[in-house]
Amino acid sequence: MSNLFNIDIVNPEQSFLSKDNVFEVVIPAVEGEIGILKDHIPIISFLKPGIIRVFSESEEQNFYVEDGIVEFKDNTLSVLTSSIFDLKDADKNFVSKSISSAEAELSKDNIDDQKRFLLNHKVEVLKSISIN
Amino acid sequence: MPSLDDLRKRITSVKSTQKITKAMKMVAAAKLRKAQENAEKGRPYSEKMNNVILNLSKSITDKENAPKLLVGTGEEKVHLCIVLTADRGLCGGFNTNIIKKAKSYFEKIISENKTLKIITVGSKGYDQLKRQYKSYIVENISFKESKNINYFDADKVGKIIIEKFEKNEFDVCAIFYNKFKNVITQIPQEQQIVPLNEDKNDKDDSSNDNDYEFEPDEDEILSNLLPKNISTQIFKAMLENSASEQGSRMTAMDNATRNAGELVDRLTIEYNRSRQAAITKELIEIISGAESL
Repeated sequence: MSNLFNIDIVNPEQSFLSKDNVFEVVIPAVEGEIGILKDHIPIISFLKPGIIRVFSESEEQNFYVEDGIVEFKDNTLSVLTSSIFDLKDADKNFVSKSISSAEAELSKDNIDDQKRFLLNHKVEVLKSISIN
Repeated sequence: MPSLDDLRKRITSVKSTQKITKAMKMVAAAKLRKAQENAEKGRPYSEKMNNVILNLSKSITDKENAPKLLVGTGEEKVHLCIVLTADRGLCGGFNTNIIKKAKSYFEKIISENKTLKIITVGSKGYDQLKRQYKSYIVENISFKESKNINYFDADKVGKIIIEKFEKNEFDVCAIFYNKFKNVITQIPQEQQIVPLNEDKNDKDDSSNDNDYEFEPDEDEILSNLLPKNISTQIFKAMLENSASEQGSRMTAMDNATRNAGELVDRLTIEYNRSRQAAITKELIEIISGAESL
């Protein structure tokens, strides 16, 4: 029996990625990374900034996401996100701009711990991207 | 009776107007295709979003402590209306239809002695509403400078709404826009986004047997999700609106072109008749002059 399932990544403007031959997806959920295989129980969670790794038979794809919602049901993984890009076409300028704006946000005093954590995390991920 | 010269001038002017309306129609048709495509592309997102919220709200057992964006503040005193219109005119009844729909809603609110607040998105809506409802308009947003509809703009509107909600500035929020049915028909819509309409959630019970695992818990996901849903709904409305606007403009301009054509035909006949009449008159004069000799 095949151990493949479907993934749909949509952003508000269009359907970003739709594949039916993936066997594992790793998503940066807000409480830690989740690896999803076929026949995972239905789950709803939301994302923190991080990298979605999609493993299909022939290739591995990596996407950076800032936030979003994931739903897994009936062997279909839906990812709803407003900000996503493929690591392959990462734009250096955009990444460095995002880092600096996140750092500017961090230097403000009036943010709560949760937001600070997310921002720190975002900076970390973005920096790791820009090094590669 | 206008002189031949006057008629000739009128014909040329109508013809050049016709050229403009024809060009506008072509432009609208080209834009319509793109807008329609965008609207279709944007649909999966809002549909999925709706599904997730639907599933979530079903699994919430503790209705008392559910996020207020979902269940409302418990009161219905202050209504916030978001009226989404175009930034440009010359698109038939497009703007007027939305305004009409909105106005009847406003009247209902006012007659029930409730407080009304209006946010207009798009300059045409503001222009039409400011005469009658100026004191109710709290904000007037226009995205004239952005060429395409993008999620970023919708998110801005969404954030304003959330901010106002958190300050307890309103209890119920409805948006008004035109739903794109086809090129000729656009249906003005009234949609309540805060609190989310309950009866809509009852529609689909088939997925009820799905027990989801939530991480973190339902409440936290919901409170994260609902603000996003508002932006998504606004974005959806904006996409529908832009497709409707182009469709409406295309039909309006098509009609205008046809009317101009009819007018040119009529004026040409009139012009030919009066020219012929002048010729006949001169001939009669010549003949009768010759006869009298």
